[in-house]
Amino acid sequence: MEVIKVEHLSKSFGTLEVIRDISFTVNKGEVLAVIGPSGSGKSTLLRSITHLERVTGGTVTICGTAMVSDGVYADRETLRSICLKVGLVFQNFNLFPHFSVLRNVVEAQVRVLGRGKEEAESRARSLLGKMGLCDKEGSYPCELSGGQQQRVSIARALALDPEVLFFDEPTSALDPELTGEILKVIRSLAAERMTMVIVTHEMMFARDVADRVIFMDEGVIIEEGKAGDVITNPKNARTQAFLARFSAQD
Amino acid sequence: MLVSMLGGTVVSLEVFFLTLLFALPLALPVALGRMSHNRVASSIVNGYLLIMRGTPLILQLIFVYFAPYYLFHVSYDRFVAVIVAFVLNYAAYFAEIYRGGIEAIPRGQYEAAKVLGFTRAQTFFRIVLPQVVKRILPSTANEVITLVKDTALAQTIGVAELFRVAQNASSRQFSTMPIFVAGVFYFVMNWVVSTAFGHFEKRLSYYH
Repeated sequence: MEVIKVEHLSKSFGTLEVIRDISFTVNKGEVLAVIGPSGSGKSTLLRSITHLERVTGGTVTICGTAMVSDGVYADRETLRSICLKVGLVFQNFNLFPHFSVLRNVVEAQVRVLGRGKEEAESRARSLLGKMGLCDKEGSYPCELSGGQQQRVSIARALALDPEVLFFDEPTSALDPELTGEILKVIRSLAAERMTMVIVTHEMMFARDVADRVIFMDEGVIIEEGKAGDVITNPKNARTQAFLARFSAQD
Repeated sequence: MLVSMLGGTVVSLEVFFLTLLFALPLALPVALGRMSHNRVASSIVNGYLLIMRGTPLILQLIFVYFAPYYLFHVSYDRFVAVIVAFVLNYAAYFAEIYRGGIEAIPRGQYEAAKVLGFTRAQTFFRIVLPQVVKRILPSTANEVITLVKDTALAQTIGVAELFRVAQNASSRQFSTMPIFVAGVFYFVMNWVVSTAFGHFEKRLSYYH
């Protein structure tokens, strides 16, 4: 089943075309990694599908309902219900600093989904437990390490039971020694067949965790295929050049 | 003398609290109007801010009290005029403080709230505003301290607040003593204000 279907998506900022005629699908239970040089439009693509950017044209269908169809957006109510099916984990976490860890995970459940406070708290506690943050529920984000904050933000996104979870370079703001804990969490979600789309610069991680990889450059998809194939054996010359820089670093 | 000065202090405190009571909330829609993408709304608000911050409060007091008389031959209570002028003036300053606070909230907070499905009202009142309050406390404290001292201007249109009472006592007694006593009164009031704001800041210091 297709959770996300993107057809001929385009997005410009003024005269600058950031995404040009992109089409792809994400199936249920699949992990898709989006890689590519900075400025290639990966983040914009992800922000367009999560409705943080308005697309210029194309169609985005989420769980069978069109969010935008040939550049025309659905009505407000439809958009709201569609967007709830999509979770997003930011590069900079964007936790709410004035809320405790627990309240960060509880608030949207109560205010947006209308869950009871007790139900929301027990859901939050079980997610925080899964993230290894049992003892942190009373802390405030400023008291946590970057890796812990990112795990809270993953719990916050999961608490709304999204159909698909997007990650926008989830480890790029972290110290290198903290990236491992986030990658481990994503791995365990993948093992549970959580549908995920991950924009990342961690090539080895993408190869190991993702089912499929999309390589983007200058707003278009250059190469798409099984993770192992694209990353270890790229066909396109641009993909090869991009990946060669990574292996040169290693 | 002290009894009449306490009476004057009560009037000063009335001006102080009534101004805060109306100006603090009024400043919020003013700040939002200033930030509005609606050209008409933001220019009107901008004009209001220019006038309020660009002319002396003493002149605004005189205008608010006397303009209705000269224009329509209606006169009204002096105390009401003081409150109207102070509220209009202070709302302008508070609004600019609020705007600074609101604009300092990172865009990521709005984006996170949007992705989590919060409505715009929920985002503003539950996510943004509490963080704004923390940020603007120091500059708001400045303004509130100034307000305590500005209440002395109410005498311009004949409202007998603390300073006027002190001046009257001073001329009756041929002594500057009452004026210095008034100074101590203002100092004590502002000491309370500073302490209160220090307390608020401390209560919100659990995050940054």
